[in-house]
Parts: sequence; C-alpha cells; structure tokens
Amino acid sequence: MISVRNLSKHYGTTIAVNDITFDVQKGEILGFLGPNGAGKTTTMKILTCYMPPTAGTVTVEGKDVMDSSLEVRSQIGYLPEQNPLYLDMDVVDYLHFAAELRGVPKEQIKARTKKMVELCGLKDVFSRPIGQLSKGFRQRVGLAQAMIHDPQILILDEPTSGLDPNQIVEIRHLIQELGRQKTVILSTHILSEVQATCNRAIIINQGKIVADGSLEQLQAAFHGMERITMEIKAPKDGCIDKLRAIQHVQKASETSTSGDLKRFVLETEKGQDLREQIYDLCVREGWKLLELYRERTTLEDVFRQLTKVETN
Amino acid sequence: MKNVLTIYFKEMKSYFNSPVAYIFITVFLLFTGWFFSSNFFLQGQASVWGALTVIPLILVFFIPAITMRSVAEEKKSGTIELLVTMPTRDMEIILGKFFAALTLLVIALLFTLTYVITASSLGNLDTGPTFCGYIGLVLMGSTYLAVGLFASSLTENQIIAYIIGWAIVFVFFMLDKVLMFAPGPLVSSLEYLSTEYHFNSLARGVIDTRDVIYYLSMTTFALILAGRALESRKW
Repeated sequence: MISVRNLSKHYGTTIAVNDITFDVQKGEILGFLGPNGAGKTTTMKILTCYMPPTAGTVTVEGKDVMDSSLEVRSQIGYLPEQNPLYLDMDVVDYLHFAAELRGVPKEQIKARTKKMVELCGLKDVFSRPIGQLSKGFRQRVGLAQAMIHDPQILILDEPTSGLDPNQIVEIRHLIQELGRQKTVILSTHILSEVQATCNRAIIINQGKIVADGSLEQLQAAFHGMERITMEIKAPKDGCIDKLRAIQHVQKASETSTSGDLKRFVLETEKGQDLREQIYDLCVREGWKLLELYRERTTLEDVFRQLTKVETN
Repeated sequence: MKNVLTIYFKEMKSYFNSPVAYIFITVFLLFTGWFFSSNFFLQGQASVWGALTVIPLILVFFIPAITMRSVAEEKKSGTIELLVTMPTRDMEIILGKFFAALTLLVIALLFTLTYVITASSLGNLDTGPTFCGYIGLVLMGSTYLAVGLFASSLTENQIIAYIIGWAIVFVFFMLDKVLMFAPGPLVSSLEYLSTEYHFNSLARGVIDTRDVIYYLSMTTFALILAGRALESRKW
C-alpha cells in the first residue's frame, strides 16, 4: 500500500533521514519508534507530501507523493506533531472546514461530522471554541479531523501525547479499531504504546532503520539479559551477598528496604532461569519469599540496545 | 475553486469572529472621516476628493495590517502543515485568503459611501470621477493586499510581515513622487510602476485599460510570488 524506497532527507548539512526503505501493507498498524530527533517526524512529513525528499521515492498505492500529490493527499488523514489547530474556531466549524477541504461530498458532511463526534467523544464540546478546550479534547479534535474523510491511510505523529491515562487507553482502542480496515502509521517514543497498539514496529535511530518486524520478531531477535525481581521478609542483613553467590547471577541490587521487607533485582545471564535456586536459597536461609517474578526481554530492552549501540 | 471558497469562508469568519475586522473598519473610517470632513465645509464644494485622494496613503499603512496575519500566523501555529497536507493546491489557499481580505477592504470602502451620500445631498456631486475613484481604490487595494499576502508568506512573524509588506507597498506608492531624482530615460517607466499614478488617472473619471491592466498584473504577480513563497518549504 505504501512503499518507501531509499528515502533520504537532508536539512543543509544535517541528515535527518538516511536511505530508509520499507513497505506498509493494508491493515497494518505500524509503530514508528525512535529517540527524539531520530527522523520519525521528517519521514511522516514526506509521506504526507508536506515536503519533498532529498532522494528516494515514496509511493502510495502506486502513486508518487511528489507527482500525484493531490491524489495521495486525499487518501491520507494526518495528525501532525504538536496537533496544530485553529484556536478561534468552534469544534463543529473546524470539523466542517476539514471535511470540505478533505473532499467529503457536501451531503455527507453533517453525517461524517456526527460520526466523528461520537467516535472521538466530542459531544460535550461540540460548539465550543477549540482554544477553550483542554489538551485531551484538542487531541481528539485533531484525530477527528484526520479521520473525517474516512481515509485509507492514517498518519499520526505522537497521537497520545498530552492525554491522561484513561484517554490514552481510549485513543489506543480507537486506533486498533481503525487498524482493522485501514493502514495506520503512528510515531511515538513511548514503548508501551507500540506494545499496546501496533502489530509491527520500525525502530529508527539517527535517520536509519535499525529494526523492522513484528513485536515477537523483534523480541526474539534481540535477546537481552533476563531480570528477576523478588521480595523477601528476612530479619538479618547481608542477604544480598548470598544472592550474588548464586551461579549465573551477574548483578544484584537492593531496590528498597523497609524493616524486614527487602526487595532485590537480579540480572542473570541469557537463557538462565534461576527461580528455583532462589527459592531453595530462601528455604535454606529461612527467608519468607513474598514475591518472585522473571522479566523476559522487553521491547524497551530491544529499543535501548539498538539506539545505544548506534550512538556510541 | 471549491477549496478557494472553503478557505474564503473560514477566513471571513476568523476576521469577523475576532476584533480584527471591527478595529480595522472603525479606525479606517475615523481617518477617512476626518480627511473628508475637515475641509469639506471650507471648500464649499460637493466633493469627496479630500477623502478619496488621501485613502491611497491610508491604505499603505492599513493593508499590510490586514494581511500580516494571513499566512504568518498559520506558519507560527503550525496549522499551515495541516492546510497544505490536505488535498488543496497552495494557490487555492492564497486565493481564498486574498479574496477574504479583499472583501474586508470592500466592506470598509462601502462604509465610506456615507461621505458620498452626504456630499451629494448637499450639492451636485461629480459622479464619474467618484465612481472611477472607487474602482481605482479597489484595484489598488487588491495590489496592496496581494503584496501584503506575499510578505506574510515569507515569515512566521507578523511584525516582520507587516514591515516587509509596508515597505514594498510604500516604495511603489512613492515612485511617482521622487521622479525628479530619477535619471531622464527612467522617468516614464518609473511613473508607470507607481501605484498612485494609475489611481490618479482613474480618479480623473476615465477608466483606462492601461491602469486596470497595471493593477491586475501587479496583483497577479504578487499572488504568484505569495504562492511560491508558501511552496518554499519544498525547495
């Protein structure tokens, strides 16, 4: 559906995007991950025909973003970074305005606006000026504006920034719903967002793609170490030395202590499951084991590993 | 064309939903009203000449103030990114904004018709020059507006937009007043480029196609420049 070939963008001497290539299929929710300044926004600006690439091509359903810009733009719904809005307009006027410009037929504008108001929960603020709305509502207005013409492709630059946790859950839910029939590309630097909404992630760092694949693929490909978190009740000090003595433990640290309650995080070598040994140790020492769990490689680890290696 | 209208109505709403339009019209009428009435009764003539000939100068200062916001504000707030990623041409955006600003100017000029009505009720007003003078004002106003829009699309700072717009308009306004310093062979072409020279010719009561063509081509040229300036993100 979208295919990006050898895309590069230079701003003067700085290289924002450096020769990236990827495809996005219909029905995919693609998460664009990367540290600040990695080139996520720049890539999105090129996809939405805001600026031309320095080199390379982007085609949407076989149409080039530069040559058939108008046709491509009419298929895309875009929520830019910072969610710019006309603060002096009422929500309803703004949605009508967006619908007209995005080419919704006149007789459908009312119905589409109503649908968006329902979908994005804008009923209470329908006729208020956008400037008076809270950030969460503004974000919803931005999303409504991007979806009003029922586009095939949604490009969302940090769609959940500035929302409270409840709203974040709602918006993610909304994106997942949409992703069933549409193509969604969203950028974020919040990893849990990708885990919660996307079925594929591209990690980009310093303008280059460093990883591309489904979440499972990424986690499988980049094993980190494993981490064990435990909480015990033990009257004596010096537990930590005994934990360190267990084979394959690379690092142990006490994260909190309150009276007899002690909490430890152990990092172990790859592929070693030390839970049994820990249990045995506790039994031997007479510690009361209150909590014990193992964390596998998270996307966060993958992300940190990939973006750190590149910067060093 | 449809997009031009959509943008036009949005701009009109934002002029009239904010104090911009009202302040502009009020202050504009205060100035022109003063110039109309201050020597109207001294002259003892039913004429709006006093107001009509000073409006070009007033417009030099007022029009960049109408247009300074148009594009600069959108650049500053980032809404321009939304606007240009919608399926509209850059030129449609410029035209929508231009016609909205032109409408505001025409409304302000319509209010000055009260001077015309006052004058004609007191004596025999020379309708030909007055009518042509108004046409001249609208044409000249269009040119100023187009230049102002161009200035506004160069920057995201409204004050810079105002100053650039004013400076360009002022140079064209002054051209026929500094002819004595110009080298001989250049005089006639400089005079032709001057905005007020053509206005004076229209205000004499003759609609000369040369003057109309001058204003229309200046306006078109400035609008194209404004469109190019908006496109400059792609360079």
